[in-house]
Amino acid sequence: MQTPASFEYERATSVDGAIASLARLGPEARVIAGGHSLLPMMKLRLAQPEHLIDINDLESELAYIRDEGGEIAIGALTRHVDLLGSDLLARHFPIFRDAEEVIADPVVRNRGTIGGSLCQADAAEDLSAVCTAVKAKVVIRGQNGSRTVPMEEFHVGPYVTAVGDSELLTEIRLPLFPGAGSAHEKVERRAGDWAIAAASAALWIDSSTISQAGIALSAVGLTTIHLTRAEELLRGKPPSEGLFEQAGQIASEDCSPNADGRGPVDYKRHLAGVLTKRALTRAAQRALKEEA
Amino acid sequence: MEVTININGQQVSRDVEPRTLLVHFIRETPGLTGTHWGCDTSNCGACVVTMDGKAVKSCTMLAAMAAGHEIRTVESLEKNGQLDPVQQGFHEKHALQCGFCTPGMLMTARALLDENPNPTEAEIRTAISGGICRCTGYKNIVAAIQWAAEHPAGERQEVQA
Amino acid sequence: MTIIENLPSPQTERPIGFGRLKRKEDARFIRGKGNYLDDIRLPGMVYGAMLRSPYAHAKIVSIDTSRALAHPGVAAVVTAKDLETLGLAWMPTISYDTQAVLAGDKVRFQGQEVAFVIATDEYTANDATALIDVEYEPLPAVVNARKALDPDAPLIRDDKAGQRDNLASPTWEAGDEESTDKAFAEADTIVSRDIIYPRCHPAPLETCGMIADFNPETGQLDIYNGNQAPHAHRTVYAHVAGLAEHMIRIRTGDIGGGFGNKVPVYPGYVCAIAGSIVAGVPVKWVENRSENLMSTGFARDYVMRAEMCSKDGKVTGLRVDVIADHGAFDSTAQPTKFPAGFFHIVCGSYDLEASYVKVKAVYTNKAPGGVAYRCSFRITEAVYLVERMVDALALEMKTDPIELRMKSFIKPEQFPYETTTGWTYDSGNYAETMKVAMDIAGYEELRREQAEKRARGELMGIGVSFFTEGVGAGPRKHMDILGLAMNDGADLRVHPSGKAVVSISAQTQGQGHETTFAQIVAEELGIPPEDVQVRHGDTDRSPYGLGTYGSRSTPVSGAAVAVVSRKVRDKARQIAATMLETRAEDLAWEKGRWYVKGDPEKGVLIEEIAQYAYSGDTMPEGMEGGLDAQVIYDPPNLTYPYGAYIAVVDVDPDTAQVKVRRFIAVDDCGVRINPMVVEGQIHGGLAEGIGIALMELISFDEEGNCLNSSFMDYLIPTALECPDFELGDTETPCPHHPLGAKGVGESPNVGSPPAIVNAVIDALHETHGVDHIDMPCTPARVWAAMQGRPEPPQ
Repeated sequence: MQTPASFEYERATSVDGAIASLARLGPEARVIAGGHSLLPMMKLRLAQPEHLIDINDLESELAYIRDEGGEIAIGALTRHVDLLGSDLLARHFPIFRDAEEVIADPVVRNRGTIGGSLCQADAAEDLSAVCTAVKAKVVIRGQNGSRTVPMEEFHVGPYVTAVGDSELLTEIRLPLFPGAGSAHEKVERRAGDWAIAAASAALWIDSSTISQAGIALSAVGLTTIHLTRAEELLRGKPPSEGLFEQAGQIASEDCSPNADGRGPVDYKRHLAGVLTKRALTRAAQRALKEEA
Repeated sequence: MEVTININGQQVSRDVEPRTLLVHFIRETPGLTGTHWGCDTSNCGACVVTMDGKAVKSCTMLAAMAAGHEIRTVESLEKNGQLDPVQQGFHEKHALQCGFCTPGMLMTARALLDENPNPTEAEIRTAISGGICRCTGYKNIVAAIQWAAEHPAGERQEVQA
Repeated sequence: MTIIENLPSPQTERPIGFGRLKRKEDARFIRGKGNYLDDIRLPGMVYGAMLRSPYAHAKIVSIDTSRALAHPGVAAVVTAKDLETLGLAWMPTISYDTQAVLAGDKVRFQGQEVAFVIATDEYTANDATALIDVEYEPLPAVVNARKALDPDAPLIRDDKAGQRDNLASPTWEAGDEESTDKAFAEADTIVSRDIIYPRCHPAPLETCGMIADFNPETGQLDIYNGNQAPHAHRTVYAHVAGLAEHMIRIRTGDIGGGFGNKVPVYPGYVCAIAGSIVAGVPVKWVENRSENLMSTGFARDYVMRAEMCSKDGKVTGLRVDVIADHGAFDSTAQPTKFPAGFFHIVCGSYDLEASYVKVKAVYTNKAPGGVAYRCSFRITEAVYLVERMVDALALEMKTDPIELRMKSFIKPEQFPYETTTGWTYDSGNYAETMKVAMDIAGYEELRREQAEKRARGELMGIGVSFFTEGVGAGPRKHMDILGLAMNDGADLRVHPSGKAVVSISAQTQGQGHETTFAQIVAEELGIPPEDVQVRHGDTDRSPYGLGTYGSRSTPVSGAAVAVVSRKVRDKARQIAATMLETRAEDLAWEKGRWYVKGDPEKGVLIEEIAQYAYSGDTMPEGMEGGLDAQVIYDPPNLTYPYGAYIAVVDVDPDTAQVKVRRFIAVDDCGVRINPMVVEGQIHGGLAEGIGIALMELISFDEEGNCLNSSFMDYLIPTALECPDFELGDTETPCPHHPLGAKGVGESPNVGSPPAIVNAVIDALHETHGVDHIDMPCTPARVWAAMQGRPEPPQ
């Protein structure tokens, strides 16, 4: 098997301790949680950090899914399997369960975390689009306290996020507004594979009108594609097939896929359109409580 | 660094590098070569063991990360000469040929049934979708896990030690 | 050690002989006590790791190993220069070409072996490969088989004297051009297609590796190696390395899947052996998955152009022209006189008037290989071609694909049937098998469902394939590999207690030989299978044979075991006659017992005969004591299993994803020794066929970078992609095999890809006009076909 290069290892005993270690050890130090993005890269020697800070012991501080009134708070160390199984989350945001069913495989989901997925910032990663669609905010803690960043500003570029060198992503916060419905639609070459394309959609419907919309795409750009133009189109209008068809059209225009082993550009654009329409349709049905 | 892991109920301590993967730590423990590896990218599932009762891919964990946790490998399934129902099921239903994926599949099956004692066929296929088998086409593996679900205490000892 | 009991209670009847016996080998595997190559630790063992080329084609300017040598824990770094002194820098291949063990002048494919590090442990060896500094001068690469013969294509094998282009072998032909031209001239329908069988990989779950342990004091070389043909390898090592063959012992242990991947001799093996000879300690080398996918024996890669014609509703003629991509070195494995393997079988299961087939092989800057992955020596390619063409013809003729096949099949009374490419099929009743498949599938009902769905815009496809293949190579008159006749042996010894040991040359990689071969002895001699130990996997203790691939186990080794058991039974008869004080011809046999005809109470059990053979004072006239026999079996012909397969697929009209909803497989492999084992083999092959048809692909960019060098990109089906396979069987015994068995291991890979591709086209033909698509039918490629642009993979 391929094996990683050497590094130093320590186990964090608190969030502040982990941050202090990051500050002390500098940019060649990385935090490791589930490790199912980082360790494979290290085995292939695509990543060679000199220090690993293991934060898996910090579950009491960082692993939770809580209803905090106007928001649901998710700890960054929450494992995929727990996001999948959370009835609280499924009730308010079924999009998470949709996505988790098709993220990696069940064994990987026992270890991988939402924080790890978001911080990996791979354009094909599903939860980034999900969180963008549901208008999530993320909480980042550093040595001087915490700050909140809206999800659409979290991904700065491919594999680069707003988390600074001596900072840790600690929490994802999902705003709760009435009339919500959400869905994630993904096409992959085989179960467990990265998306060829995926669409996340969230709608808030009030008196038969879409008051707010969140639409984002995975795997069809250098980072998550946030479809602001499609969201504008939808706001203030009643949901309809024709409207979602138009949104799909915008999706295929506004993404910027690369050709690769998963597919050529035209197919990915096509999928972006199809999946956006499908995700919006299901999101609307869920918002209107019409889903079979 | 000294790493101590509880493997199959025993404390196993060794001085290893931080980068030593859990699968290698296990395989270098005398008598524990039943956990296999088959890829470089966490796809094949040959390395699956359980950690605190949940199936994990031991090739994608550092040994150091497993310290303080309870690891169980395929060698822990047989208890006092009595095979686990999943082991009996695999034998009954011809769910193995070359045997290389078998330990990973057995541990995945054990973890599944511990959490969901009566899974549907779809749930079984999903549960084992993190593992690859080249020999069986999965049909008999599914049947074996269904057999184990139907015979939880193990009907009879098919294989004597 | 372990005893297997097969059924819940002594009251239930237990098969002695053929039947659904549960496997003896399970005992160790379900406990995690298999003995695979990487499980073996020897005292003083060191580890090898291979440095490989990042370029597909480049001159090697210099190799600096000093930093690696200086790394703590590194014992040696071997390069081509070092191997040259041992005469091992190049090695012969099975196809009478040569292959670089370590690259000296040039690298010729991405992943080619460049240097071999030997260190104290695996992690250190891996670290050290990164410390070897190689300076390359990249050259243009050619990875497209058609382009390999362009006049301006870069010359790959400039190491071969007189090689001026990338032709790896002269054109091979079969059939008759003139009569084929005539058939086409007289035809009423002709279709033509360009059909590619893309490069894929057997990818067994256990990668390849070896422990070489040379003892300098005794001169003994012990090799541990997952190896499908250990005796042949031993002979090759002796010849190539100038070692004494009787001082080489290869033990295979348990093998985590072969599928043809563990047939070739790989450079890593030669380096491990050389390393051990020089260092005098055991050297272990185990490749990682990327190395396995990038450098070991791939499968297929046939670029084919075909025409097929029909007259009066029946298929009459076939023309095929193939460019075979062999990669950078010609290391395909097949019998010497069959450079295109058994591609002759491309005339299929049909009573053709004429056929004409040509195959030429080219070099490209890709890994060497081509014959692997349950291909039956190119039969997978041949059957894929003919079954796709029959469907293409059916489309053109607007006739049902099953109906066209039924009209064109070779009829039962025509067997033994000589094909237009000069082969003789042994036995078959094709229509019967096809009907069984149709029944299980509910073919009429499926067509109705398809019509209803189509009216609603849902795309459902039904695809058929019918295959005849030839396995069990082969008669020594015609078939050898590197001059070694393709015969296999069996050695049976019955002990005084009546328990037996049978040593065989076949080498299991999961096929269940420890059970099925015991069942053959049980069937012939009446000794219960649990009392028969099957010994294999040790070249010192098993008879010479050419190994397990090409579905040889049952046809050749199985035959050998049957014949040797009968020899023992005949000897037992003579002894029984002495014991019963009668003549041998007055005795009759029932399983496990010789008795006096007309006086059944008077008889002796095989166990009693065994005991007597060792202890009785009077043996029959001229007979030695003991109860054993040896055989080397020379098969009189190949055997010809066949089958009818039906695939039902659903294609998402918007995303173009293909789902195999049902797969019906009816195989006729003659007599089945253990139906449970046969079914398991078929399930596994069908899953592989789904992989090949829908997702498995080894592809390259224009610079020759391999794009599928991990399991993230070489996609293998999981339990979610495989349906619940529906199997049926017919049984048409093989007339020349002692048991009437034919063998089945490769049939499911042979028959399933065309059924699935035919189904995909069937789903899309009426609505989207699709009349061809190349594998793998990934969503992107299916979608392109639906848009009217099917693009071949490369």
